[in-house]
Amino acid sequence: MSVDFEKLAQEEYKYGFVTDVEQEIVPKGLNEDTIRLISSKKNEPEWLLEWRLGAYERWKKMNEPRWAFLRYPKIDFNDISYYAAPKSNPRPKSLDEIDPEIKETYDKLGIPLEEQKMLAGVAVDAVFDSVSVFTTFKEKLAEEGVIFCSISEAVEEHPGLVRKYLGSVVPRGDNFYAALNSAVFTDGSFVYVPKGVRCPMELSTYFRINAENTGQFERTLIIAEEGSYVSYLEGCTAPQRDDSQLHAAVVELIAHDDATIKYSTIQNWYPGDKQGKGGIYNFVTKRGRCVGRASRISWTQVETGSAITWKYPSCVLEGDNSVGEFYSVALTNRLQQADTGTKMVHVGKNTSSTIISKGISAGEGQNIYRGLVEIGKNAEKARNYTQCDSMLIGDRCGAHTFPYIEVKNSTAHMEHEASTSKIGEDQMFYCRQRGLSAEDAVSLIVNGFCKEVFKELPFEFAVEAEKLLSVSLEGSVG
Amino acid sequence: MLEVRNLHVQVDDKEILKGLNITVAPGEVHSIMGPNGSGKSTLAQVLAGKETYEVTEGEITFQGKDLIDLEPEERACEGIFLAFQYPVEIPGVANTYLLREALNAKREYWNEKPLKHVEFAKLAREKMRELGIDEDLLKRSVNTGFSGGEKKRNEVFQMQILEPRLSVLDETDSGLDIDALKIVANGVNSMRGTERSFIVITHYQRLLNYIVPDFVHVMVDGKIVKSGGKELAQELEEKGYAGF
Repeated sequence: MSVDFEKLAQEEYKYGFVTDVEQEIVPKGLNEDTIRLISSKKNEPEWLLEWRLGAYERWKKMNEPRWAFLRYPKIDFNDISYYAAPKSNPRPKSLDEIDPEIKETYDKLGIPLEEQKMLAGVAVDAVFDSVSVFTTFKEKLAEEGVIFCSISEAVEEHPGLVRKYLGSVVPRGDNFYAALNSAVFTDGSFVYVPKGVRCPMELSTYFRINAENTGQFERTLIIAEEGSYVSYLEGCTAPQRDDSQLHAAVVELIAHDDATIKYSTIQNWYPGDKQGKGGIYNFVTKRGRCVGRASRISWTQVETGSAITWKYPSCVLEGDNSVGEFYSVALTNRLQQADTGTKMVHVGKNTSSTIISKGISAGEGQNIYRGLVEIGKNAEKARNYTQCDSMLIGDRCGAHTFPYIEVKNSTAHMEHEASTSKIGEDQMFYCRQRGLSAEDAVSLIVNGFCKEVFKELPFEFAVEAEKLLSVSLEGSVG
Repeated sequence: MLEVRNLHVQVDDKEILKGLNITVAPGEVHSIMGPNGSGKSTLAQVLAGKETYEVTEGEITFQGKDLIDLEPEERACEGIFLAFQYPVEIPGVANTYLLREALNAKREYWNEKPLKHVEFAKLAREKMRELGIDEDLLKRSVNTGFSGGEKKRNEVFQMQILEPRLSVLDETDSGLDIDALKIVANGVNSMRGTERSFIVITHYQRLLNYIVPDFVHVMVDGKIVKSGGKELAQELEEKGYAGF
């Protein structure tokens, strides 16, 4: 009759279906020809092809990083296809031109592409494998001067902006996966918010992996000009398959004077089955530069999916008085592993950063927080507050914390708090004694634990995140 | 309403309850007193279904149902409420949220419609006023940062909302000043009636001046060794447990 934590992770992944659509998939393998092919499919200018090839040259000389606390088989980069796209109309002008199968896919995922059916005030860019299939509310946003489109479209329509900013935050040789992404990136979103504009709606991108044996190499670039504000959210799902698939993304954010970028992620890639078979390998480089005075970049992530997560959304606080924030909930269940955290690099004076990380481990999940707070020598009166909490459900999972702090200026003010707790039998019993089922009790306690992070999400998505967490925990007790 | 027969309970191979018997009829208030380690709290936890305690022998029937087979949440929905000796903190979960979920779980169990937010808020405010509890307590996280008195008052508040048939109060009086004690006692007394029963576990006779029991039981070494009326509590207060 005891609470059976062993039964964790019995719940099936809800988004594991495959869309049957005719797709063009390029042959497996990574070489210059692959890169030229991708570039030509996207009608890219010569400079971008050269940029990609340069990244590839660097990548070839780099070694796969192994410092993360993650265990997974060696990835064969020649056994992956680097481009998969539906054969239907590559850039539909209206919804009628979209393949109905694809439209239905997004309906099933709860992301209807019809503007009138959408959540009020949310614009969506839908990325299906390697291409963006549709972006909603483009015209409405254009009235305010906001550019929201796929990065491929931006390369064609706004080459000046792309050329100026691409790789300006994450250089193409930054790290192994960033170099790989720079060589073969396919699609992602592009956002430009002009000076003084408060983006009138939430922007979001929904990433869907569908094709088999392909990698998804998302590239997103968001630029907020002086005094502007934008809130952006990405969601991700993938079919249930026995083979693991690679998702290696690069996201770059640039905030100018007094600009604010809020970037939220609800990551629900397929996590693999109970035996740890399949699932997405999620190797992601996300970084924002607060280049302007009093600019602000805020990352909020809810990571519940993926077999492997390697992800450290970071802020480089260059402008004086700039602010960086990182709010994270990472849940690992079954055999999932997550090595995630952030880097806060303080360069300017009076810069401040906040890190709140909540790791939940269940089943045999391993959850690692890895964070760096660096205070540069000119960063007078920089401040950081870090709070790092772990919760364990059951006794076969693990939580590990690796905080790094480098301070080169003595006026810095640093605070660090950390805790690890086991989901209390006493808390469970208390809730059940009041009438809640064991599952509802776990979900209530875990959601309470994550409250500080969820309150940073846009309201509609906070509700979504709570539900997702409950679903991901279903079967955790019996 | 409740019938416990020859109850034997052990934890980690150590027997704590050794053939306990008690019968509680509807509307009755029973007080269980006894020295430390006699098994009073164990009885409370076993009635509520705490899993660390193993029932090795005996029966517990509640309103004709065999209680031992029921999960803690089923017992709660059937109408058993335990006011904990040490109410646990649940950070980030608003007190009002837990309580509304709990009440609605119970209503669902009995095929009643869940209460809407507004209806619940009205009910909660009413009960809080009666108990003299600050409304602010609803928004705060469950028991988190509550003072000892606030925790106990919160237990009684929850009891008022959930309207259990049998409430077990496990040393609800411990650590309370006289004003808080009166509030707790009023909370119980206002619920007394022909249908509702109470088991009040306490060390001290003091509480029983405010909650006057129909029966007093003395528990020593896992058994009830003497039962009597309310005057038995007075006798214990004077003579102690040494005689047992």
